[in-house]
Amino acid sequence: MGYKRTYEEINEKIRKGQAVVVTAEEVIDIVEEKGLEKACKEIDVVTTGTFGPMCSSGAFINFGHARPRIKMKKVYLNGVEAYTGIAAVDAYIGAGQLPETDPENKVYPGCFTYGGGHVIHDLLAGKDIRLEATGYGTDCYPNKKVDTIIRLEDLNEAFLFNPRNAYQNYNCAVNLGDRTLYTYMGILRPNLGNASYSTAGQLSPLMNDPHYKTIGIGTRIFLGGGTGYVAWNGTQHHPNVLRGDNGVPRVPAGTLSLIGDLKQMDSNWLVGLSYKGYGATMAVGIGIPIPILNEDILRYTAVRDQDIYCPIVDFNEGYPYSKPIDLGFANLKELKSGKITINGKEVIATSQSSYPRARKIAGILKGWIQRGEFELTQPVLGLPSAEANIEFKSIPERTPNGTSLNARNRRD
Amino acid sequence: MKKKVVCYFSAAQSEQPIIYRLVKNYDLIVNILKANINPAKEGFLVVELEGSKNKYEEGISFLKNLGVIVEALSETVIWHEDICIQCGACASFCPTEALSIDRESMEVSFNDSKCVICGMCVECCPTRAIELHFEVREAVH
Ligand code: SF4
Ligand code: SF4
Repeated sequence: MGYKRTYEEINEKIRKGQAVVVTAEEVIDIVEEKGLEKACKEIDVVTTGTFGPMCSSGAFINFGHARPRIKMKKVYLNGVEAYTGIAAVDAYIGAGQLPETDPENKVYPGCFTYGGGHVIHDLLAGKDIRLEATGYGTDCYPNKKVDTIIRLEDLNEAFLFNPRNAYQNYNCAVNLGDRTLYTYMGILRPNLGNASYSTAGQLSPLMNDPHYKTIGIGTRIFLGGGTGYVAWNGTQHHPNVLRGDNGVPRVPAGTLSLIGDLKQMDSNWLVGLSYKGYGATMAVGIGIPIPILNEDILRYTAVRDQDIYCPIVDFNEGYPYSKPIDLGFANLKELKSGKITINGKEVIATSQSSYPRARKIAGILKGWIQRGEFELTQPVLGLPSAEANIEFKSIPERTPNGTSLNARNRRD
Repeated sequence: MKKKVVCYFSAAQSEQPIIYRLVKNYDLIVNILKANINPAKEGFLVVELEGSKNKYEEGISFLKNLGVIVEALSETVIWHEDICIQCGACASFCPTEALSIDRESMEVSFNDSKCVICGMCVECCPTRAIELHFEVREAVH
């Protein structure tokens, strides 16, 4: 059943500097020209890339101890709160966190000029960061207040741990209402004024491995300019959805949880973002190599923008109030042309994910592998596939009668 | 009419309730876009004035009589290529294609001679790579 190769064979070639590596964009023409069989014999690895806003991102940090020691109860980095409900000087800074002094949407639409994503970006850029921490004081941790300046190099550990990245496909947002909306999909002008999409399409990691045949837990990846790993499936991983004949989901489906050492990342590939009227977030650069183990896997990587469809979703009522409003699907190639047609109306298309940056990432990862600097890893466990029948749940609506917040005091 | 102007003033003038008078006596809608007043109380004010043509002109001469130097605002848009992440969020909104996308490479570029300074791109750029720049001189003495 056609040509086959193993991870070990590929790594052997990588070590010798002989691996044939192409990007998910380049592979399209190669497969078209040479056919699957011949291309499969030649290509060892296809590299993918994506660079776009991914709110579900953040970093774990260990600050080291102050003298005297402190058990942090609250900690702020440049005024942005990090979560410290873990060990004494451990904290998690989330990309979407805002300073307490941020005016938010009090003057609508707010600007959200600085948030957790910007803190991570500034740390990477080597900037001074103000660290303010308070504690309540204990016998073992008597200190109650720390106020100092830190830099990335001062931290014991700093690792990115993103609960949900690299969404496999994403909604194309529109506005059927009659006022401008400010959303995480950018500005949406009224009466179908524009359509906003966010995917790297034919370059996007999970579009090129739609059934998670090679990308799994333990896969080594390009993350934020350094190397990282797939830690788990991402939150909201929901593989059993409507898919096209090519296996590519027609709606948001799989996601990845990613991890990697922040200290070897680069501020070019983790960038703080401010979405007017919505909030702060971070653009994350991700590149995932796909080992061409057989022809099937190669065929998936040859997916083209014209084969990818995203659902058109109304952000006036459809998304916020979960109202089913059927607007059909938008073809990605059409979206990238800058104009699509919805209900017979020509609508301008605006993008949130950076295609040029995605292409650059796929190219950088290709270079690393060609030069023998980056070997592939075989996943230790696969991601849940469509057969796992994962159900997509919402918060249950129950009355909290009698359920005490302080559950330990309950006697029932 | 509606116009943006820069007012340069000295310490003595900055003590006057200029904005109040413009609103009260000349019925102008005043929108302060930028203000910069140094510790010596000299500085400039970038304002948008809106009202009838007559009142607008009377208001401007009131300022000039006070010794405030009033100049038409020259605004420019600056695209910081090094900050831009090439997301493309701005370009489809740009009414003049001053910001445009090469649809082959999907790369964004900026041609300032086409820009009409509508400010739309500044609103939608998530990295704040686009800056509305007011051309103002050093404060007068
Ligand atoms: S200010 Fe307006 S015209 Fe100028 S580049 Fe931005 S959107 Fe285009
Ligand atoms: S919106 Fe900003 S970051 Fe995106 S392409 Fe335009 S200038 Fe660059």
